Amino acid sequence: MQTHQFDAVIIGAGGAGLMAARYAVLGGAKVAVISKLYPSRSHTGAALGGIGAALGNLEEDKPLWHAYDTVKGGDYLTDQDAAMVLAEEAIDAVVELEHMGLPFDRTPEGRISQRRFGGHTSNFGEKPVRRACHSADRTGHMILQTLYQQCIKDDVKFFDEYHVVDLIMNNGKVAGVIAVQLGTGELHVFHAKALMFATGGWGRVWQISSNAHTLTGDGAAVLFRRGIPMQDMEFFQFHPTGLYGLGVLLTEGIRGEGGVLINGKGERFMEKYAPNIKDLASRDVVSRSIYLEVRAGNGVKGKNYVYLDIRPETVNRYLAEAGETRRIDDDHVRHALAETLDTCRTYVGVDPLTEPMPIQPTAHYAMGGIPTNVNAEVVLDANWTVLPGLYAAGECACVSAHGANRLGTNSLVDLVVFGRRGGMKMAEYVKQADFVPLPPNPAGEIEAELNRIRNNKGKSRAYELRNEMQQVMMDHVGVFREENGMKSAVESIKELRERYRNDVVIDDHGHKFNTDLMEAWELGCLLDLAQITAESAVARTESRGAHSREDFKDRDDVNWMVHTLATYKGSAAAIAGPINTELNFDKKVNLSLMEQDERFKPKARTY
Amino acid sequence: MDVTFKIRRYNPEIPGKDKPYWQEYVLKDVEPTNRVLEMLHRVKWEQDGTLSFRRSCSSGICGSDAMRINGRNRLACKLLIRDVGAKIQVEPILGLPVIKDLIVDMEPFFDHYRSVMPFYVNNDPLPADGRERLQTADDRAIFDDTTNCILCACCTTSCPSFWANGKYVGPAAIVQAHRFIFDSRDQAAKDRIDILAEPDGVWRCRTVYNCTPACPRGISVTRAIGEVKLAIMRGSPKGIINPKDIPTHE
Repeated sequence: MQTHQFDAVIIGAGGAGLMAARYAVLGGAKVAVISKLYPSRSHTGAALGGIGAALGNLEEDKPLWHAYDTVKGGDYLTDQDAAMVLAEEAIDAVVELEHMGLPFDRTPEGRISQRRFGGHTSNFGEKPVRRACHSADRTGHMILQTLYQQCIKDDVKFFDEYHVVDLIMNNGKVAGVIAVQLGTGELHVFHAKALMFATGGWGRVWQISSNAHTLTGDGAAVLFRRGIPMQDMEFFQFHPTGLYGLGVLLTEGIRGEGGVLINGKGERFMEKYAPNIKDLASRDVVSRSIYLEVRAGNGVKGKNYVYLDIRPETVNRYLAEAGETRRIDDDHVRHALAETLDTCRTYVGVDPLTEPMPIQPTAHYAMGGIPTNVNAEVVLDANWTVLPGLYAAGECACVSAHGANRLGTNSLVDLVVFGRRGGMKMAEYVKQADFVPLPPNPAGEIEAELNRIRNNKGKSRAYELRNEMQQVMMDHVGVFREENGMKSAVESIKELRERYRNDVVIDDHGHKFNTDLMEAWELGCLLDLAQITAESAVARTESRGAHSREDFKDRDDVNWMVHTLATYKGSAAAIAGPINTELNFDKKVNLSLMEQDERFKPKARTY
Repeated sequence: MDVTFKIRRYNPEIPGKDKPYWQEYVLKDVEPTNRVLEMLHRVKWEQDGTLSFRRSCSSGICGSDAMRINGRNRLACKLLIRDVGAKIQVEPILGLPVIKDLIVDMEPFFDHYRSVMPFYVNNDPLPADGRERLQTADDRAIFDDTTNCILCACCTTSCPSFWANGKYVGPAAIVQAHRFIFDSRDQAAKDRIDILAEPDGVWRCRTVYNCTPACPRGISVTRAIGEVKLAIMRGSPKGIINPKDIPTHE
């Protein structure tokens, strides 16, 4: 077994990890980035429509308005200090990306071009605003490429295709991580003063998902098993416009460009649900509206999907109806939504210039995750107690700028803003911190777990267990929820976990690129996170943002202006028996903006 | 429909399987609109967990699952069964060492990528107003095509010159260099041109055109290489290339 020593180790090479790496290196730290994929494969690259920042390049805009939209979009569970940091630093972060070479689209004046996006408005909800800075509809791809390129320029040390599988603690202090070198199967110890988890989400918990196969929540699960709480796990976003049947994402930028949702009767139904900004309402609102239309029998051809229409004749008709002067044509769509056209033509044989696109909501983004403060430092409890040396940023973290529902474009803002803050903080921290000694045989536990999976003689194949989990979570812990369904989901997941513990079997018993083994290990992460998601969801007896309950239809600001913390009372590389989760509701939402400005006070959320 | 997969296998850890061989799998109930990647997953999950391949996003943007499918380099997630038919032959991409089954050693590919200074350089002071550098929409459009590259290696591993000589930087690295050489804001074009003027640079390209149809992102790869060749001949990228002046015959 090889042991490596670095001041700071960053796990995950998407936007947050790369941004943190760059800042930690510039801050003088000796840094390694570990990723189970080549960095350019990270899912940041799949983000499409834009990154929000109140640059005001095309019309007046202010960070305070961006913060307001973020707080309202999050259905007031958003920590307001984090929303303000996000909105203010977004401007500088986007400009910095441009300075790193990111090829944004340009305005006629040569500035960064901006478009509309769901939930982004000017003047506290007055009207949609052009805030999403974009590079065609492959903004995430360009961010990922640009950050990776700059890391190459700055000579950042990468361990590509190393899969982190355990956190090393010693007497409650952070000492490093264990990773499997995928090419050899060998375990490596990474001894570090500071660790950042930037491992992305766990959208593969659900059946219809926009997420990569690799988004299995490894980082979050590894920390959870070592006693780090998971915050607000019940809040998982379903993006309204996944390609029907596949879940492949179609960007909200389509609606930003003027696209409209149409039901089976040919009606623009969002006029009913969000009379003011219609198709550009928050994602949770639009996803629920689609479900309600389908339930009312208004799906297309009686099925569970509706249409998204960007045909210029449709869009221009509605623009004219709204009294807007702007018009679009085929060429504009071809450029601004190039990925969309390619995706639709490739996967469903639909040409969006001549036909509407069939869509259904798709599991997309974890609002919850590893709790952190605004410096990306991991916090352990309702008192914001920091665990020194442990950091998290990006989707796996919960800062919580997104509250109960994230606004489109804000995930990319989150990556660069909090990745950068975390990187700076780590560089400072490692200057004054010492290495925590490694415990004896730090990889022993995880090695035993991997060998258990490798050699277990059972009958349950990992994909069967995964399919069952995904179906159960889709049916009962999806867009709409109620107590009995969620409780049955908890029981089902517990049974699946038990089968996973005792009965799982794989075919590949080798070491080199054992993808069979690693997929089965990842399933363990998904199951743990699915269980605490369902348990957190049962406990929250209200509807807020993405957590929408049929048995508690209203938001309850008296009792539920708090974050959920789900903690495993123990420490293990793999939790052998049932997970006994402790749920805590003492962590109050930060309301710092409200204390200065009445407009940030929770109120009924309409669009 | 039934679909037969014929897959090139290799596992250095297992005696008897440590030389490349073909293995066939038959899948039932396949829909024409299923992705090849999904069907490889069915083979792996339902029949043979030892089958190894890389994949991640499954929507054509991460570039993990480049494979040679019925003789052409494709992303398995971006190819539907109806486009390849009921008999599907899958091999690893060519020209890189095979590690196991469909997984090749990507390091030589990324080494070439890193060798062309694939990063933006601009040492001018930042704008005094603290904002973005300006760029016209026309200047931005010049290199738009090559910003699409996802480093999947479909182009490089379809290139006979690369098969013949692995020292050739290959189409993907040139595409990446092109993205910066023709960016009006960048200042290291001369350095990249010097790198690509070396014997293992652009001149190993014999304009075979395999790369362009291989690109799952629709990049006009051969044209980008041609533009870099032109820039080398003329000693500068600036002001010499206007996409409108080049006939689009690809």
